[in-house]
Amino acid sequence: MFTIAFAIFIPFIAAVLIPFIYKRSPRRIGWFVLVIPIILFIGLVRLIPRVANGETMLNTISWMPSAGVDFTTYLDGLSLIFALLITGVGSLVILYSIYYLSEREALGHFYVYLLLFMGAMLGVVFSDNMIVLYVFWELTSISSFLLIAFWYHRKKSRYGAQKSLLITVSGGLAMLVGFIMLHQMTGSFSVRENIAGITDFIGHDLFIPAMILVLLGAFTKSAQFPFHIWLPDAMEAPTPVSAYLHSATMVKAGIYLVARFTPVFGMDSTWFYVVSSVGIFTLFWGSFNAVRQNDLKALLAYSTISQLGLVMSLFGIGSAALHSGYNEHVVLYSQATFAALFHLINHSTFKGALFMVVGIVDHNVGTRDIRRLGGLMSLMPVTFSIALIGSFSMAGLPPFNGFLSKEMFFEAMLLLRDMEFLSMGAWGTIFPVIAWVASIFTFVYSMIIVFQTFFGEHQPDRLDREAHEASLGMLIAPAILAVFVVAIFFFPNVIGQYLIRPAMAAVYPSFADVDALTPHIQAWHGPNTALWMTVGVVIVGLLLYKYLKYWRSMYSIGPFRWNLDSVYNGTLNLLGRGSTLLTNTYMTGYLRDYLVYIFGFFTLVVGGSLFFVGGASFDMTNDAPITINEYILVFVMMAAGILMVFAKSRVTTILLNGVLGYAIALFFVFFRAPDLALTQIVVETVTTALFLLSFHFLPDFKREKTARPSKIINGLIAVSVGVVVTVIALSVQGNQLFESVSTYFEDAYELAGGQNIVNAILGDFRAFDTMLEVVVLFIAGIGVYTLIKLKAQKGGRDVEK
Amino acid sequence: MKSNDVILQTVTKVVVFIILTFGVELFLSGHNNPGGGFIGGLVLSSALVLLYLVNDIETVHKGIPFDFKIVAAFGVLLAVGTGVGAVLFGVEFLSQTFVHVNLPIFGETELATVLLFETGVALTVVGTVVTIILSISEDV
Repeated sequence: MFTIAFAIFIPFIAAVLIPFIYKRSPRRIGWFVLVIPIILFIGLVRLIPRVANGETMLNTISWMPSAGVDFTTYLDGLSLIFALLITGVGSLVILYSIYYLSEREALGHFYVYLLLFMGAMLGVVFSDNMIVLYVFWELTSISSFLLIAFWYHRKKSRYGAQKSLLITVSGGLAMLVGFIMLHQMTGSFSVRENIAGITDFIGHDLFIPAMILVLLGAFTKSAQFPFHIWLPDAMEAPTPVSAYLHSATMVKAGIYLVARFTPVFGMDSTWFYVVSSVGIFTLFWGSFNAVRQNDLKALLAYSTISQLGLVMSLFGIGSAALHSGYNEHVVLYSQATFAALFHLINHSTFKGALFMVVGIVDHNVGTRDIRRLGGLMSLMPVTFSIALIGSFSMAGLPPFNGFLSKEMFFEAMLLLRDMEFLSMGAWGTIFPVIAWVASIFTFVYSMIIVFQTFFGEHQPDRLDREAHEASLGMLIAPAILAVFVVAIFFFPNVIGQYLIRPAMAAVYPSFADVDALTPHIQAWHGPNTALWMTVGVVIVGLLLYKYLKYWRSMYSIGPFRWNLDSVYNGTLNLLGRGSTLLTNTYMTGYLRDYLVYIFGFFTLVVGGSLFFVGGASFDMTNDAPITINEYILVFVMMAAGILMVFAKSRVTTILLNGVLGYAIALFFVFFRAPDLALTQIVVETVTTALFLLSFHFLPDFKREKTARPSKIINGLIAVSVGVVVTVIALSVQGNQLFESVSTYFEDAYELAGGQNIVNAILGDFRAFDTMLEVVVLFIAGIGVYTLIKLKAQKGGRDVEK
Repeated sequence: MKSNDVILQTVTKVVVFIILTFGVELFLSGHNNPGGGFIGGLVLSSALVLLYLVNDIETVHKGIPFDFKIVAAFGVLLAVGTGVGAVLFGVEFLSQTFVHVNLPIFGETELATVLLFETGVALTVVGTVVTIILSISEDV
């Protein structure tokens, strides 16, 4: 039985096994890893017919039911599309990486991170519980961080990794707060239950904040403006990673989240406005900036940002269908969601192929700078064909799948012109215009990829290595994706019926008639506005490409030069300097100062709360009479304590301290606690030995000259701590706040079989405490050992050997 | 730190055995009388500390060739292990049990699983105390 929870765990289990296998056969590790996504992919493909019939699978593993957190996996059309992309593209990427990465690299690490990512990503799309979803969500950020920093000796890799982690994790945290707000409203962490129950809370105070916070998570992850800045820097990762995480899967997690939460938040118009406008602006900004890039990977990064914006805006428009219930007119807008899902699949195919092509070029000639490339067509014919297919699909040309989804995108945008609700008005015209302009830029950069890399003049002297066709193994994966690009164009309705139709049902659970939501995709639907828009894109795009060198200088003027990176770097610098400044004011390096903070805080908080609560009250009426023995002991202890302050040598201090300790042991004897007395005596003995050892390391004992004011402050702190502790001890004795627990131990002998109740408590009733104490003791011992043994050599800084 | 304290060395030879015996006695009697794993372990480790003080580390190490870090780790493992062991028998984590057995020489004797747990505690205490003292003194 292929349960979904199992699918999430398999990559994690495999990740654990990798180090062992890697040790045995470091060369064949990739082939072992490859098996995992292929098995998962086949397993998921077998589920397609069932899901296409409208079946969903729900499976719950109880985890923390008291907190409403269960490991619930949910498979429906939407999660199936993403899971197929994760495992399918994942298989191809791993196959590609086997040939791309040299055997000298730390392949073991690479595949562990990659499998971690795969498991986490499957967890994101299959989790129904929002808290579990959040955990997997952050795990994708962490594995992405590790993969970007895979070549961690490069400064730029570390910078990019940190940037992506900071931005996506802070977005994730915002999302977590949004989830908690949802839980506050509906009382459930389950996405399905929230979809069912949210309708009563649309006017709630927390509804809009929760929506914005969840969207923050989605926008940071999917690199939407203004959070897109991390994606170009993430391109420092090895190319298989860029193809997998930063174009096909992880960045689509935000899209998934938006699709998944459309039925939760989509009823409110804010969702429509925010998602569609952020999406359309990101589409424009990404494509506009892609044209100025000289690095092929950076160009693809901006192009990914722009395509993600496209899908995002389509989901925004699709949510309009939820606004006035189900009717013929409104259902039109659901076509936008259909287009979004369709383009999502198409984008993964052509962008994955393009990334792999760029990787091949980089791998074979040693550069990805388009100013140094050119004329590679005759030298790398297969690579060129794949690049051509991918780029033309991205540009929206037939006969490739990008043409179909681009047409549907235009149609969806044109719908906004006659939108009569949501008070769109004139804004409805702006959307298709921006979409059209952005598509022109998309066309231009698609042409740049093909023509500037493969046509023009070949410059062998400017390349690091001689250009040659890639090995077969490297070409298989992009070739398969390219085949999909063409095949989807000719048989789009297979995808539409089997994958997108059930996903539509997941996005619009309230619409009974799913078939009405599923249009028939056609390549030719007469000369309508969308087609004329495409023709316009091609004509203007070709003109712009031809005269590229004349208008490219525009990027260096005025507002186009600004970028958000400097804002990010500035903020980071400011934070660093600010916190250093703040920390330096109180971290003086003097132990005495720290003790002042600790004791001062203790006196203020404990003494203050005692004072304000009025808890300081003594009741001594029930106390036993004080005997002469006790008077003598107290006198001895007081004398020892006072003398210790004035002691002239260290040995005297230690001895006086010992006197205190043994006096306490005697007290235990008087009060008939032989266990405690024994322990106290032995502890005192061992401590003294330890003290004697430590002497060796301490500086000479000399009276310190302290200024009078600080002497007074120290004295004040000492006295006040003493007073507070005494008051607490007396108040505890005088006030009984709780029932005594002694009844609990009355039948200790029958229950534990021991006559010594102290040990019965330690080993039986409270064995858990004892066990953890033992663990803590052990950790402390290891801590001392490592601190002493592994400390840096004198004058040395490097601790690691 | 080479010292040659004849009186201390002579006395120690006898005293260490007394302390060790006392420690074992404390450890075993803990079920019904004052004592137990923690105190027993402390007394045992104080005997070891005395040995280390009187003789040098190498000499003691020849006689007692244990790595005390491993002793401590084994103790923790034993203490946690008894808890897990209880789960294997289908009762709650860390549940203890006991039986009365009639042994040939000792007569009616009580055997309790808590003894295993206490052994773990004692070993951890011995291991940790000696590890700390040794690592500080070796640093001299």
